[in-house]
Amino acid sequence: MNLEAHLPALQVVVPLLSVPVVVLLKPRGLAWAATTATSIVAFAIAISMTAAVLSGSDIRYLMGNWDAPYGIELRVDSLSAVLLLIVTGASTVALVAGRQSIAAQIQEDRHPLFFAAWLLALAGLAGIAVSADAFNVFVFMEISSLASYVLIAGGPDRRALPSVFKYLIMGTIGATFYLIGVGLVYMMTGTLNLADMELRIHEVADQAPILVAAGFITVGLALKAAVFPLHAWLPNAYTFAPHAVTAFLAACATKVSLYVLLRFDFVVFQPNLAGHDVQFAYFLMPLAVLAIVIASAIATVELNLKRLLAYSSVAQIGYIMLGASLTSEAGLTASIVHIFNHALAKGTLFLAVAAIALRYKSLGLDGIAGAGKTMPWTMAAFMIAALSLIGIPGTAGFISKWYLILAALEKGWPGVVLVFVIVVGSLLAVVYVWRVVEVAWFSAPPASGSAAREAPVELLVVTWAAALANLYFGIFTKVPVSLATTAAGSLRELMP
Amino acid sequence: MLEFLGYYNYWVFAILLMIGFYAVITRGNLIKKLLGLSIFQSAVFLMYITMDKVEGGTAPIIQKGAVDQLYSNPLPQVLILTAIVVGVSTTALGLAIVVRIKDVYGTIEEHELFEENRPQ
Repeated sequence: MNLEAHLPALQVVVPLLSVPVVVLLKPRGLAWAATTATSIVAFAIAISMTAAVLSGSDIRYLMGNWDAPYGIELRVDSLSAVLLLIVTGASTVALVAGRQSIAAQIQEDRHPLFFAAWLLALAGLAGIAVSADAFNVFVFMEISSLASYVLIAGGPDRRALPSVFKYLIMGTIGATFYLIGVGLVYMMTGTLNLADMELRIHEVADQAPILVAAGFITVGLALKAAVFPLHAWLPNAYTFAPHAVTAFLAACATKVSLYVLLRFDFVVFQPNLAGHDVQFAYFLMPLAVLAIVIASAIATVELNLKRLLAYSSVAQIGYIMLGASLTSEAGLTASIVHIFNHALAKGTLFLAVAAIALRYKSLGLDGIAGAGKTMPWTMAAFMIAALSLIGIPGTAGFISKWYLILAALEKGWPGVVLVFVIVVGSLLAVVYVWRVVEVAWFSAPPASGSAAREAPVELLVVTWAAALANLYFGIFTKVPVSLATTAAGSLRELMP
Repeated sequence: MLEFLGYYNYWVFAILLMIGFYAVITRGNLIKKLLGLSIFQSAVFLMYITMDKVEGGTAPIIQKGAVDQLYSNPLPQVLILTAIVVGVSTTALGLAIVVRIKDVYGTIEEHELFEENRPQ
């Protein structure tokens, strides 16, 4: 049997089949070990598929050997490869680093169920990235969402419950909007395969149901992706979730919905619907600008470290949407590179937060006073990732902002305004990062003499590895940039 | 007017959808919100079911001797069976969360929860 040919299916099947096994692993630590092993296998599969894609061939897989428009097709191209790397990588890193954090936050008899939900979320998120079938994407989206509701509500913080209820309501509305849109498109074209849909939608492109569908799909996915002002579920859900879960989901969950949005809009709608690219740009660009300015501004006054970073996530989604709303190849490249680089930076930051939370009771900014002195290594890793978030040269974040500015300048004088917005956003990022620096290094630790000390070694090693990746991809940009360029090219190739 | 009535099945879908959506937005009681969400999702199920009907079509089963038989489209029914399962799971999980909220906070009214739920 040729295993390599089946990698796209295995990417989903491996975590999915591990779930019933993990549920049964009651003895201490076994569920964590099995989940981590599964996640590492999934990461290896993603890397091997990325290598194949980088060498120039997209991977197609026909489920059960049914031909493409009739059966379900899985397809891995550069864009899916970026997403798969982020999803499986974030899961692996959060699991390896988060063992003690999870042990501290989740009751031990619940561990098998908690890790089963983790694997379901992993399978669902990876499934969205590999599937080329619109309805299949919906099913995977709901698998990953239901599992992440469980993960977020699984922590000891009771405030997670109302937050997760809100997330459940808003997430379900978003997914149902997407389902309505897919139904309307199916009604007019008779197909669910995205590539086939693109071929058939042309004849009916001016009919009302298709236009309504485009609206429902865009808004539904924007809700799932926390595009401003539909981000209301995100800050509380991220703040009150167990810390390891935040590191996993903050790195990849919203980006996967953005990926579906880009794919649907650029592959199916924009080449065929007259004026859709202009509507897409005029609808999303103002929202992206507002997200960058308002969410960053809120982050500068936020008092809780996790909420501060969550609002910064909303702002970063704004940068990604800004690149996409330029609808040019350069804009999309910037957008996809930023998907990758922001996952690196935010993942690292939330791992550092998990380390701090092991040693400090409160994550309020005044609660972590002096952390820079008691946990120098953790806070140094935090700073590297924070610099990448701001976009300091030499870090990964600089690369994506640089591409974004170049793409904006292609647009003439409106582009100059956008560059101004990007600069303002970065300055606001300096402000909110500085607030953390100030309490961590320049305020005295509480007089009572806290027992805080450096984080456990394994957590520290992984956090530092992630932090160094932020520097590495700031200098050796070949892999993310060439993936993003190919992906942007393939998204744009059908455009008139 | 006749055209309007001819699409009555889609009007039912749209009206049900809005009833559900309205309930989700305006009700403060978490159970009522979930009920609204269920109505909202059921409306979509109806849309899928109604669009697969082919006028004069029968159940899509191949029979001996029947040539050029007109069939209704079975695929949307299969799709929506999946979506119904997703809807049931979502409602179940939602209700489980409401039970936990009631345990922890002693209330399931949104405005009472909101006061308790400021960070810090």
